[in-house]
Amino acid sequence: MKFRKTAALAVAVLALTATACGGKEGSAGDKPGGVQPGASDVPALPKYVVATDVKLDSPTFTTAKERGKLVIGSKADQPYLGFEDQSTKKRSGFDVEIAKMIAAELGFTESQIEWKTVDSATRETAISKGQVDYYVGTYTINDKRKAQVGFAGPYYKAGADLLVRKDDTAITGPKAVKGKKVCSIKGSTPLQEIKKPEYGAQTTELGKYSDCVQQLLTKQVDAVTTDDAILKGYAAQNPEKLKVVGQPFTEEPYGVGLSKADKPLRDKVNDVLEAKIKDGTYKKIYDATLGLSGSEYTDPPAVERY
Amino acid sequence: MSASVLFDAPGPKAVVRNRILAVAGSLLIAGLLAFSIVRLSDKGHLAPEMWDIFNYSGIRQNIADGILATLKAFAIAAVGSLVLGVLLAVARLSDHKPVRWFATGFIELFRSIPLLITIYAVWAGFLTDYSMWALAVGLTLYNGCVQAEVLRAGVNSVPKGQREAAYALGMSKSQVMVTVLLPQAVRAMLPTIISQLVVTLKDTSLGYIILYPELLNVARLVASNTLVNGQYPYVSVIVVVGAIYVAMCLALSGLATWIEKRGRRAKTGIGTPPAGESALLSGDAGQAAGTAVLIQGDSDRTGGPGTGGGGGN
Amino acid sequence: MNVLLDNFSEFRDGFIGTVSITAVSTVIALVLGLVIAGFRVSPIPPLRWFGTAWVTLLRNTPLTLLFLVTTFVVPEILFPGMSAFVLGSLALGFYTSSFVCEAVRSGINTVPLGQAEAARSLGMTFPQTLSLIVLPQATRTVLPPLSSILIALTKNSAIAGAFSVTELFGWQKLMGEEGYDIVPVFLWVALAYLVVTFTISGVFRLLERRMEVAR
Repeated sequence: MKFRKTAALAVAVLALTATACGGKEGSAGDKPGGVQPGASDVPALPKYVVATDVKLDSPTFTTAKERGKLVIGSKADQPYLGFEDQSTKKRSGFDVEIAKMIAAELGFTESQIEWKTVDSATRETAISKGQVDYYVGTYTINDKRKAQVGFAGPYYKAGADLLVRKDDTAITGPKAVKGKKVCSIKGSTPLQEIKKPEYGAQTTELGKYSDCVQQLLTKQVDAVTTDDAILKGYAAQNPEKLKVVGQPFTEEPYGVGLSKADKPLRDKVNDVLEAKIKDGTYKKIYDATLGLSGSEYTDPPAVERY
Repeated sequence: MSASVLFDAPGPKAVVRNRILAVAGSLLIAGLLAFSIVRLSDKGHLAPEMWDIFNYSGIRQNIADGILATLKAFAIAAVGSLVLGVLLAVARLSDHKPVRWFATGFIELFRSIPLLITIYAVWAGFLTDYSMWALAVGLTLYNGCVQAEVLRAGVNSVPKGQREAAYALGMSKSQVMVTVLLPQAVRAMLPTIISQLVVTLKDTSLGYIILYPELLNVARLVASNTLVNGQYPYVSVIVVVGAIYVAMCLALSGLATWIEKRGRRAKTGIGTPPAGESALLSGDAGQAAGTAVLIQGDSDRTGGPGTGGGGGN
Repeated sequence: MNVLLDNFSEFRDGFIGTVSITAVSTVIALVLGLVIAGFRVSPIPPLRWFGTAWVTLLRNTPLTLLFLVTTFVVPEILFPGMSAFVLGSLALGFYTSSFVCEAVRSGINTVPLGQAEAARSLGMTFPQTLSLIVLPQATRTVLPPLSSILIALTKNSAIAGAFSVTELFGWQKLMGEEGYDIVPVFLWVALAYLVVTFTISGVFRLLERRMEVAR
């Protein structure tokens, strides 16, 4: 009895929301000021040719082939890097393109990709438990993580930097944050760094970078620290209010995270990265995404095989 | 109304004083509200564009999906916790010592650990691929223990004569439990059971920790991924989602009122605790009684629904 | 064992964090809860309405949402730069106050009518009746539910970890990220919470025993 009523109620609530649907189409919020990936006056994204007849003795690849879908882990809240528009559900950004490029080389079309949003805190679990086939999302390669997951790449060299409000002249670099409130994600590498006595910042630890940026905009914190790529994305999204200091104080080589045991897949991804960096596809991706945020193109570091 | 015994019908002086206090109180509350609204709109959080995002079908779809995900996890957890609750309650009332001890230990363990941690551990340890099930199992473990204690209190509150009469008719132990004690316990504790279900519904929001796309998780993503006027629409999203949660919970509490009223109309079984001003309140009071029993549990005092369940009217 | 010894200072910080945010929000919740309960039985209608609205709103909102409010909305209304600990305590304290209020109110209901009537016939005012006669007698019935409310508060403090407050759940997540096995981590954290919650229920059992009267 009780459950029938509960169910009826649930259905009623659902019906209500369902009928509420059918509003405006398209992307809510501010329209990016002219610079938008895919717009006519900006560098276009490369087209990826989907490889056929890929043979790879990799357990991850074999299961993905069998299920007909490739599950890729990515961030969803980093403009120009790993971003999902909440009104159109479209993914865009540098990491997303790199992931698509690899998928094409593995023989998966764009419609065969299943995106999964995985936050920083749960990346290792998601990869090691096979929740995602591989993960592209500002994932710094380090030895601690190598104990749990495998890394292909690096495909990009980032470094921790500071994002501040545009009118802020006091924070000129990591040496000027003593006593200031710096926000980042709980447990992230730059946060551990800036906490050290030589910098001496007060830290605020939240769950998402966008939470930190909102706190910066509302003057709850004085700076946001994380990899410059992420920060430049935010600065480009909101150039009236935010700027990046431009004094990187760590090195963060980004890798593609995948199962630790799956060496064949790791080698394959490394091959793809090397080839695509060589033939210029990589630079095209960069120019059409991260390049728009003002950061200059530099050649990525050499792929490390291990 | 129970409160009225606390003060006399006001005389002329008291009437004036009460009016002054009423006006001052209302002004203060209105002032605080107005201050908050002015401060927020000063900073552009209440601009029309902030609310306009809810006119987009994509965002509505997101929120609808979030509600569906929340209700799915809730439905599984609700059924699961009630089933587990009955099993544990019966086990705790069992005549076999090991069974009783096991049930007691189980209940004490999962009631003392924060639900967030249980959910995270279930997810990280066993069900990483199935975040919905991890959330539902976590909620079931915790709420099942609470429901078990509520039911136990209900069974204990059934007058002794009922049980004795049933045994006198030659019923077996399990027959007595299933056909005589439990139905009456459920009826007596219905408000408490339902208010615990409201808690279960609210707790689905802890799914964010395991990335389950329930309503609150979805809302946070909407808030952080939509740039409006150079800011993120946290305030408008919080208001809208908060309203949805309150509406869902009130609907569930409304159900409690309705069931309680029905229960009182039918003159069988032991009476439900007298209702307070509204069923929501008596639900609360009932919960207090239920939880009171949880704590007293060991000292073998039976705090029936009458002790705290708004009984003293 | 290793996971605890190797990371003992973080564990200790987390434990202290949990205990202190629980303590501070307990104070907020008790004071506010009493005041709001007073509002809800007061002779002044707007205050009663306010009390009802307060309880309805806070009881039906997920705690996580309240944390979002204190983290992203409250500083905008008051002033920027408020500490995460203060904001977290506010969220926890406000949320719990609605439960305390209802426990106190149902406690008030259990005090025999004659008590309040006698107080009134002695010419006591509403605040006097409440604070001298009714509330002290209500304490006995309020204690058990209050104990479980405070235990719930302790456990709810885990949510604060996601909002920049150092506490035990943060330690669990940190250890998870550093690659320790989840099971011993879970057990240690559970044990720490058990220590806090058993302390609370122990204190309350003691209080109850002292308050016990033959009825």
